[in-house]
Amino acid sequence: MPENSLYREVLLERLANPVNQGSIKDPDIEARLVNPLCGDEVLLQIKVKDGQIEQAKYSGNGCALSQVSASFLTEEIIGKTIGEVKKINEDDILKMLGANLGPSRLKCALLSLQVLKKALND
Amino acid sequence: MLENIEKIRSDFPILGRQIYGKKLVYFDNAATSQKPKAVIEAIADYYRTSNANVHRGVHKLSEEATEGYEAARKRVANFVNAGDARQIIFTRNATEAINLVAYAWGRKNIKKGEEILLTEMEHHSNLVPWQILAAEVGAKLKFIPIDENGELSWRKSLHKLVTNKTKLAALTHVSNVLGTINPVKEIIEDIRNLKSDVRILIDGAQAVPHLPVSIQTLGCDFYVFTGHKMLGPTGIGVLWARKDLLEEMPPFLGGGDMILEVGFEKSTYNYIPWKFEAGTPHIAGAIGLAAACDYLAKVGMKKVREHEQELTAYAQKALSEIKNLVIYGPKKLEKRAGVISFNIVDKKGKVAIHPHDLASILDGEGIALRSGHHCAQPLMKVLGINAAARASFALYNTKEEIDRLRPAIEKAKEIMRA
Repeated sequence: MPENSLYREVLLERLANPVNQGSIKDPDIEARLVNPLCGDEVLLQIKVKDGQIEQAKYSGNGCALSQVSASFLTEEIIGKTIGEVKKINEDDILKMLGANLGPSRLKCALLSLQVLKKALND
Repeated sequence: MLENIEKIRSDFPILGRQIYGKKLVYFDNAATSQKPKAVIEAIADYYRTSNANVHRGVHKLSEEATEGYEAARKRVANFVNAGDARQIIFTRNATEAINLVAYAWGRKNIKKGEEILLTEMEHHSNLVPWQILAAEVGAKLKFIPIDENGELSWRKSLHKLVTNKTKLAALTHVSNVLGTINPVKEIIEDIRNLKSDVRILIDGAQAVPHLPVSIQTLGCDFYVFTGHKMLGPTGIGVLWARKDLLEEMPPFLGGGDMILEVGFEKSTYNYIPWKFEAGTPHIAGAIGLAAACDYLAKVGMKKVREHEQELTAYAQKALSEIKNLVIYGPKKLEKRAGVISFNIVDKKGKVAIHPHDLASILDGEGIALRSGHHCAQPLMKVLGINAAARASFALYNTKEEIDRLRPAIEKAKEIMRA
């Protein structure tokens, strides 16, 4: 993937000013995953109130794609019901990133979605 | 530099490729090397003219295939000074060779409470098989630490680490992350001085493609390497072992070709090396690997080493001129193979561009290098990082290619605002 289509302004802006990065003291739901190929790591913590996601935070370390997609994803799920959140799919993440990714970088971008799925299935 | 570098480059068809309209710079040789025409043709010729199964048929093609396969074993044996070609067991790769030793030799010889000595710089392939064995038999793993230069701190630690329970030491010849060339001959001598019957396995996956290696003079019991990192095809690797050990080891996999006589209840096993080569082997792969050995021998491994050392010195200098770039591993050139792992850090020394992002941007410039933990997660922990970018060289790389690295990294810094 040539770099110009990958590292767009919206992504770099979010990387410099991350939204929802951090942790929640008493999360109702949390999950963590490590991408075995590269060691990228995302921890997702969620607070639920009346069936709606009230608060969502992420932490971890990894490349711009894995961390920025986690940031976009937390933003997306806040205010939604668990049922609505379960419907979020890979295409939605790619739309949020606005990037066209090759197979190796796709794994980075989708790590946070996998963490979310894991969190909701527990 | 190699005098005939242009001729060598023209032997590798893939080097003519364009990536996103730019000339390919291939710096991921520690992962796998590119293949010269001589290897590609040797494999194609085998399939075109002599393909048949080995050690079975009495027909002409089967004889030719068997001759080609067994001659390949001799050519590979000569290349690494292995002595008797029967000590060369063909495997799928270095990983399978290590697993063969862990299963066939380890299960029989390592008992509860006994110890396996490894190092902090092992590739997962020379760590996980021993973890599995240790868990199964109740053995203990110990590790030779690395110092701040990324060298094994063996002189200071061996006398504590080698005990009367040490059964095996398994260590890498060259680190795939740090590039460190371990003085394996001296380390083996020191281990043996502390306990004479410790069995020693050397992982030569990153050494055989880049240094002159003479297995017989090292003093080890097992030596493993893989074909695809040394200009050969994927799917073929080598286990070398002392003959008496191979004789007494039970088979690894059971099946055809590894037997002398099979009854319903019991079988007798074939002689070495075939005892360890169950099923139809990778005949074309062995022939391709032999062609790779011939190619490297023709260039000369001493010259390959000199060429790569010069490239490494040139790259170290070029990279050290980039602000906020840290290089891991030995500073002394003679202690380092053509592997340079690095990161772009901020003022506090924290990684500022994740190596994946760096590698993606460099990919856009036509430069292929590796990013990630390089299958050495425990070592990453010791280095205090999660990942690194790695440029690794081969005999066909040039200084002009290294010249393209710096502006590409500067571009990445600009894009990522680091």
